[in-house]
Amino acid sequence: MNVLINLQPHDLPEGATVADALAAMQARPPYAVAVNTVFVPSTQHPSHLLHAGDRVEVISPVTGG
Amino acid sequence: MNTTTNDDALVLYGQKFASRLLLGTARYPSPTVLKAAVQRAKPAMVTASLRRQGANPAENGHGFWELLRSLDVPVLPNTAGCHSVQEAITTAQMAREVFNTPWIKLEVIGDDYTLQPDTFSTVAAAEQLVRDGFHVLPYCTEDLVVCQRLIDVGCQAVMPWAAPIGTGRGAMNPYALQVLRERLDVPLLVDAGLGLPSHACQVMEWGFDGVLLNTAVALAQDPVAMAGAFADAVQAGRAALHAGAMQPQQAAQPSTPVLGTPFWHHA
Repeated sequence: MNVLINLQPHDLPEGATVADALAAMQARPPYAVAVNTVFVPSTQHPSHLLHAGDRVEVISPVTGG
Repeated sequence: MNTTTNDDALVLYGQKFASRLLLGTARYPSPTVLKAAVQRAKPAMVTASLRRQGANPAENGHGFWELLRSLDVPVLPNTAGCHSVQEAITTAQMAREVFNTPWIKLEVIGDDYTLQPDTFSTVAAAEQLVRDGFHVLPYCTEDLVVCQRLIDVGCQAVMPWAAPIGTGRGAMNPYALQVLRERLDVPLLVDAGLGLPSHACQVMEWGFDGVLLNTAVALAQDPVAMAGAFADAVQAGRAALHAGAMQPQQAAQPSTPVLGTPFWHHA
């Protein structure tokens, strides 16, 4: 199935989780995740199932005002 | 100069801060300059934000995270760039996990040209975030009723702008800002639009509890020196508030005694 991770298309197997998406993009901590604009706590990354068309956002600290 | 005492600490959500200056971390010439500016200013908190991982590895990435940790200053994450209640709430929740803090500088932008906050959405987001245990510091306009509504939903401090973000114009509406101070009992911090230390000193003289700024320091020719100048100005303004200013007079009054002036009436 196709999901968007930080706007980039990725092909993940059925049953893939947020943890699989993080591995696919080689995410480096620290980060936090939202799926379809809803926050997914880190404790749920291994169990949160993704679906075709999901939009996964993986964000990290940057400078800010 | 160090006139701040423990008895005059800034108190936000029950937590004391020795400094009344909050400093942003963006737009500095280099990470080294940013670190030196923070060390010079000794701010109560430094702001930071969140963006998609890998979007701009040159500017941020893991290096910024390590720098942030090395500063040993509390971090105030922001929701910069959010345009809706949902975006702001999700960003705040992500920030809480990444930075391991309940603090959030709530920004919900309503107009991209002026970066004026959407005050309606800001109040709605603040209400949900306060209920969820966040220590919300909302960026808002100088509108008295908006600030009151933010307090009504549980914000224990509010942060009205002086002028649009990054303009450095100083207080555009002195009357409204001073009315806020007269009418509201919670800590008030001016956030955005300050360009000079004198701007910061002025609002502190009016009784504001602190200032949050970024661009005025980061884009100075010498950001480290300017960080120190702002820190000193904030303390000077606070000291002047406590000292009690004289009342302006209509007529001139000589400060040097007139009695005994030589040559008087001899011309």
